[in-house]
Amino acid sequence: MAQGAVAIDRTAINSKTGISAALFVLALILLALGAVISRAEVGAGLGPSDWAAVRFTVLQAACSAVVSVFLAIPVARALARRRFIGRAALVTLLGAPFILPVIVAVLGLLAVFGRSGWLNAALEAVGLPTVSIYGFHGVVLAHVFFNMPLATRLLLQGWQTVPSERLRLVAQLRLTPRAIFRAVELPMLAQVVPGALALVFVICLTSFAVALTLGGGPRATTIELAIYQAFRFDFDLGRAAVLSVVQLVLAGSMALIALWLVPVVRVGGGLDRVMPRWDARSGLQLVMDGCVIALAALFLLVPLAAVIWRGLLGLPQMPAEVYAAAGTSISIAVTSILVLLVLALPMAGWIAGRKGGAVETIGLLGLSASPLMIGTGWFIVINPIADPFDFTLLVTILVNAMMALPFALRILVPPMRDAVAQYERLSAILGISGWRLWRVVLLPRLRAQIGFAAGLTGALSMGDLGVIALFADPEQATLPLQMVRLMGAYRMDAAAGAALVLLALSLGIFWICDKGGRWRAEA
Amino acid sequence: MLKLEDVLITQGDFRMQADFTLEVGRKYAVIGPSGAGKSTLLGALCGFVPLAAGRMYWEERDISNAAPNARPMTMLFQDNNLFPHLSVLQNVGLGLRPDLRLTAQERETVENALSRVDLSNFATAKPGTLSGGQQSRVALARVLVQARPLVLLDEPFAALGPALRNEMLDVVRDTVAQTGAAMVMVTHAPEDVRRIADEVIFVEGGRAHAPRPAAALMDDPPPELRAYLG
Repeated sequence: MAQGAVAIDRTAINSKTGISAALFVLALILLALGAVISRAEVGAGLGPSDWAAVRFTVLQAACSAVVSVFLAIPVARALARRRFIGRAALVTLLGAPFILPVIVAVLGLLAVFGRSGWLNAALEAVGLPTVSIYGFHGVVLAHVFFNMPLATRLLLQGWQTVPSERLRLVAQLRLTPRAIFRAVELPMLAQVVPGALALVFVICLTSFAVALTLGGGPRATTIELAIYQAFRFDFDLGRAAVLSVVQLVLAGSMALIALWLVPVVRVGGGLDRVMPRWDARSGLQLVMDGCVIALAALFLLVPLAAVIWRGLLGLPQMPAEVYAAAGTSISIAVTSILVLLVLALPMAGWIAGRKGGAVETIGLLGLSASPLMIGTGWFIVINPIADPFDFTLLVTILVNAMMALPFALRILVPPMRDAVAQYERLSAILGISGWRLWRVVLLPRLRAQIGFAAGLTGALSMGDLGVIALFADPEQATLPLQMVRLMGAYRMDAAAGAALVLLALSLGIFWICDKGGRWRAEA
Repeated sequence: MLKLEDVLITQGDFRMQADFTLEVGRKYAVIGPSGAGKSTLLGALCGFVPLAAGRMYWEERDISNAAPNARPMTMLFQDNNLFPHLSVLQNVGLGLRPDLRLTAQERETVENALSRVDLSNFATAKPGTLSGGQQSRVALARVLVQARPLVLLDEPFAALGPALRNEMLDVVRDTVAQTGAAMVMVTHAPEDVRRIADEVIFVEGGRAHAPRPAAALMDDPPPELRAYLG
């Protein structure tokens, strides 16, 4: 009889703080954008090398998206229909690249595919020509390493939306694997694949750290890297500004298109559920699935193992700067978490109190606005007033928090909606409102998700190599930047040691926050 | 007493009129067909549903626009009456202090209320570890400490079995007897009406009818109530 939902006149959560937080984020982005546009010399236009950067950016992103998603299809298919020991661990591992510092993964890939890596050693041993990881295919390889697991998780979600009745039906009809694929799986893929392609494409458009380490040169420079070079090497603010505008238009328009296509990314668990399957029991299918799963696991695990192995060997070689840089990284990560929570929680509360999801777009703006564009913009703003290098850490922290904001909102808004829907009336009748509502109801209800969002932010900030590369002076460095400097000086052992430290710090801060959020949490 | 003066409640196409007075210390049952607006009536009394027209007075005070917790009443909902992350003691304590900062005296009041609903040993337990009946008693202990002159019940025991529901109704009767409060309870079951109610508010056809004495009404229902009771 419940008479539907009883309409509620008063919203429990005060929206003023949320609106202020959203306006603050918007102002930070718009300020940077305004500064960049004011300095961009429109008449100058784009030079041939700039056009090359645009072409390379789009081409590598498209290629990375296609390869990642099409490799993900057989992996997701195999994971969807097989049950085996370690399956849950493998599904969890698929989420790991998200919190893995890019620079650490690059070092792992170098150890395997690099000039003197394991692959080339093997090729040489059997007398085959060696391969080079630098350039276009290296950039794509690194992007596939990061995004194939993400695409696999997205597709796995798609497979789990297939109703089990339909699988029962095809089992009864004794369809061949190919017929099942066409009847059941292809229609599902047609719905999920475009979104996965769009998401990976957008992510790869703003790639910086990968291009910095594996790309470079006139033939393998992304726009993001070109901004950095114009800024850092030529100190040509006008050109950096033009490139920033190009980047914003390109990534922004693509992000808007992707918004229509991208499925809701379920960041939490839920992928552990194994659907009962009655098809694909034949030997050939089983062997194929086994090979696919093994190859995917090796592709992810071998570079990680290389990081750990080389890192252990390199630990004693690390110079003292590494420890100082680690300290800086930790304090940046912790502060970024605090800034993110101060921004994201009121925003999530405000969004949860509203019906439409239009406000979430503000959070997604952070995704399309590239870190280097924002960094360039603020440099232009601060430069006339003060020494921008004094603001390196502040800018880094704010940008880190903003980059994590879209993910944090996606994590926080749904449980916030639930908490409000379930406890709004009870809170109202008990007079729990304002700050008390946060303290007594919302924060405890959302503890697990707050911990998860904080962990992601911490890991992302710890491994971030963006604005800091733009702003840092020689005495200042975060751990990722210190790694790049060591690699630039060909001190690969020391860099490997630093990579291991960075890996431990990123996973550690994620683990502490995530576990802290769930520790003794009541359902 | 609570006085409804030419009250009109609208929600989309839904309209309901109400014009009656509720006396302190009486127990009212709200009955009527599904979708007639029983819950909406309680929501309006409590301040969750705004009045489209008319006024509502408590004693002489106009409370038509007062916030839910500024009204002289408390309410138990169909579900989500307890916060699962808070202990039993804290859940009851919220009735006294919405910021959870209980003084020693308030804490004693809460413990007394818990012992009156036979839950003294469960003060530190979380609601998730309690049975459905025990959870209902925690919510009733909070009603006790709130001691508001008007208690609204929106089928809070609908999920319980018949025996347990009767037990809860008895606890409710004791509770309101202790605080001297008036009680308004939505129910589907005629036997609940006979068990607990002094008067009946029949909701049907876009109108919440004025309360009528329960026993007489149930023994000799008018045609539209007869149609509902079957």
